[in-house]
Amino acid sequence: MARVSEPELIHAGLNLRNHSPAALRRLESDVFGFWVFLMSDALLFALLFAVYGTMLGGAPSADSQFKIGPAFQETWLLLTSSFTYGMVSLSLKLGLRRRWVALWLGVTFCLGAGFIVLEVSDFLDMFAHGATPEASGALSSFFVLVGTHGLHVTSGLIWIVLMAAQMAVYGLDDRVKINLIRLGLFWHFLDVVWVAIFSVVYLRGLLA
Amino acid sequence: MKALRGDFLTYATGYGLAMLLTGAAFALVYYHLAAPETAFAAILILGLVQIIVHMRCFLHMSLQRSARADLMLVLFSTLIIAFMVGGTLVIMINLRQRMM
Repeated sequence: MARVSEPELIHAGLNLRNHSPAALRRLESDVFGFWVFLMSDALLFALLFAVYGTMLGGAPSADSQFKIGPAFQETWLLLTSSFTYGMVSLSLKLGLRRRWVALWLGVTFCLGAGFIVLEVSDFLDMFAHGATPEASGALSSFFVLVGTHGLHVTSGLIWIVLMAAQMAVYGLDDRVKINLIRLGLFWHFLDVVWVAIFSVVYLRGLLA
Repeated sequence: MKALRGDFLTYATGYGLAMLLTGAAFALVYYHLAAPETAFAAILILGLVQIIVHMRCFLHMSLQRSARADLMLVLFSTLIIAFMVGGTLVIMINLRQRMM
């Protein structure tokens, strides 16, 4: 497999040695294809937001169940994990040894897992207070929206584990690097969705 | 090496700005700094700015020629999302008001 080097920062982490235009084009189209997937996923989230918005008048609403502490901690964990994934991309670009990439992936995994643990305990707490998905349309749409994001983060965590396995078996070859770049896009994208969720769902609910 | 320091700075700046914007949005709610309507408008603007920061610093969207296809895709998707979400909300909220 031909290896290519990156001419400039197009997607950080594209550090494949021995520049070959054909390989670079293939890689560009791979990444572009992943962007198409991300945008279709963004549409899914957007419509879940729309449903949540139309259900807001329902009672009992989710608003009274929100707590600013856990929401802030979850946000901090996810934002920080985005930064640590940036360090994964940077280690790839620098051509650092595998263990550095693995280290930052591990940190990202722990932060993401912490996010899921907090979110699940938050949901369980809501259930304990009678705020279950079947209680009202507002709560159903809340759990679908935030739950879908949580499932995405969970699949991102599984993906990190799979990438660790690929790195262990194949080393940092071109295919593994491309997969790590795609995982990076996915992970940063989930952070963007979370920004919309904490702004529109949690903070709006806390204001009400 | 210089370019790599630039890359690190991009991530660090993105993280710093994201923390700042998030902190500002949560502080608005936590310390009741403004009336609910004003605060919500400010939160929406802060959120929008933060999404742009994430797109720029973490997802490396840029206005350079090399990334134009990605940018076009994102902008077009944003347009579709705005139509679909905006349209849904206008129709459903209008319907709710008429049913009252």
